[in-house]
Amino acid sequence: MESILFLADFSVIRPEPGLMVWTLIIFAIFWFLMAKFAFKPIQQALKSREQDIQQALDQAKKAREEVEGVQAQNEQILIEAREERSKILKEAKDAKDAIVNEAREQAKEEASRILARARQDIENQRMAAVIDMKNQIGNFALEIAQKVLQKELENDQNRETFVKGQIENIKLN
Amino acid sequence: MRNILSILALISLFYQQLPAQEHHAEVHHETAEAHGECSCHHEEEYSPSAVAFHHIADANAFHIFGDLYVPLPCILYAPEQGWSVFMSNAFEFGHHGDGKNAVEGYVLHEGVVMRVVDASFPREKVAVECFTSREAEVDGKKREIYQVMYEGNCYDLDRKTTLDGGMLGGGISSYYDFSITKNVFTMLLTVILLLIVFLGVAKAYRTREGQAPKGMQSLMEPIVVFIRDEVAVPFLGHKYEKYLPFLLTVFFFVLGLNLIGQIPFFPGSGNVTGNLAVTSVLAIFTFFVTNLSGNKHYWEHTLWMPGVPAWIKIILTPVEIMGLIIKPTTLMLRLFANITAGHIVIIIFVSLIFIFGDVGQSLTGSITGIFIAVPLTMFMMSIELLVAFIQAFVFCILSASYISAAIEEPHHH
Repeated sequence: MESILFLADFSVIRPEPGLMVWTLIIFAIFWFLMAKFAFKPIQQALKSREQDIQQALDQAKKAREEVEGVQAQNEQILIEAREERSKILKEAKDAKDAIVNEAREQAKEEASRILARARQDIENQRMAAVIDMKNQIGNFALEIAQKVLQKELENDQNRETFVKGQIENIKLN
Repeated sequence: MRNILSILALISLFYQQLPAQEHHAEVHHETAEAHGECSCHHEEEYSPSAVAFHHIADANAFHIFGDLYVPLPCILYAPEQGWSVFMSNAFEFGHHGDGKNAVEGYVLHEGVVMRVVDASFPREKVAVECFTSREAEVDGKKREIYQVMYEGNCYDLDRKTTLDGGMLGGGISSYYDFSITKNVFTMLLTVILLLIVFLGVAKAYRTREGQAPKGMQSLMEPIVVFIRDEVAVPFLGHKYEKYLPFLLTVFFFVLGLNLIGQIPFFPGSGNVTGNLAVTSVLAIFTFFVTNLSGNKHYWEHTLWMPGVPAWIKIILTPVEIMGLIIKPTTLMLRLFANITAGHIVIIIFVSLIFIFGDVGQSLTGSITGIFIAVPLTMFMMSIELLVAFIQAFVFCILSASYISAAIEEPHHH
């Protein structure tokens, strides 16, 4: 008996059709409104925001990678530049050495040429001087010979003998 | 502090109602005739279970305190007399929700509309004297039948129709109640509040696009994301987007009603999710969402399990078909039982004050009772707050798991 009374008052366990109908209507409308005007837009917004965040993260990662790439490139360039510099320096040194050597050679050549010319000149001068001397000596000899002859030929006999000797010389030639 | 205040408010509610308690607590042992000479005599007896059952029950008026009630629309249908629509204050609220008038053959007893079966009872608005009850034997079971006294005669009252088929003390009666009851009112209020909150949140996502969430938006977002990432995605995989709005709606509907039911005064206190009618409709929604999205694989496994001998299939198929019904039934019962139990325990704890206090006769007892009841009630209310969230979550996650079984793609081992 007790349990029957218990059930008799425990009304919440007996489903009333009115409450069920209202629950059905209210929940259906609530579901429709919430889904259409609240949860779908929220869902979309959350999704797009998550995509945005993911995109931003990806982009940041990409940018970081790019920066790292650029850094590596910079280092490469630096290394290359260093190499280039040492190469250039080496080349310059070589060029300098070459120029110096060339100049030295040229100078040497020039010096020897100048020397040779100087020798030539000296030789020429010497030859000229010798010729001049020869000429002068010849002239002196001629003068002396003239003077000698004049002295010799002042005596008629001698003159005759000489002319006769000359003529004979000419005839013999 | 607020908790203590609300408990004190609840206690004051009970004190206000105490005299009224006497009206319905007494049981008439004399077996009176369906409509005959009778009297309403009131025995003073405090029954915590009666108080608890009264407080968790649905009602056609919303009790505020004392004899103050918020009238609610009554929409009643009796096949004999058609539709009756009026506001429940037409009954004139008396002590403990007993109406002073009968309207169109309906009376208000303990806040609930009942119908006078007897055709000789006047169908216009008349004043009634009091309510009583008698015990009668119906189908071999003793049942308590409420009676109303009008002009010295007692008339049997019919309870509203319920769909338990007489198994739980109800059944089809002479009328149907489609009123905006306390539960319907609470449901409407909760739904409107939730709509305001979520439409605002949805608007915030539109207007504040690309900005961090703020205010209500940042309060609700973790919950939405939690349901999505911990319930929808693990169970439903890539198809989660189709079912997420349903899961979220169920979660917030149940949670909102659980929480508003925790408030011990108007407009709270409605035991909506602790009513089998409500939880059964929610379970029916889950049932349809599950089975309408069932794929070939699901129905094959339900109706004719592949890979087992034929004689096992004959046993298995009825079991599987029963399972289709049992799954939502467990959903319905779990939510109902948890919330109802919570409400009852809180009311019983508060009742300790009256039990110790000898129903207001002993002040020392009452004070002792307060020192026992207040911490217990506060503890229970904290537990119930947790239960409100847990049960909403459980309803949601189990719905998701049933749907997931229905949409699962066959995977070959």
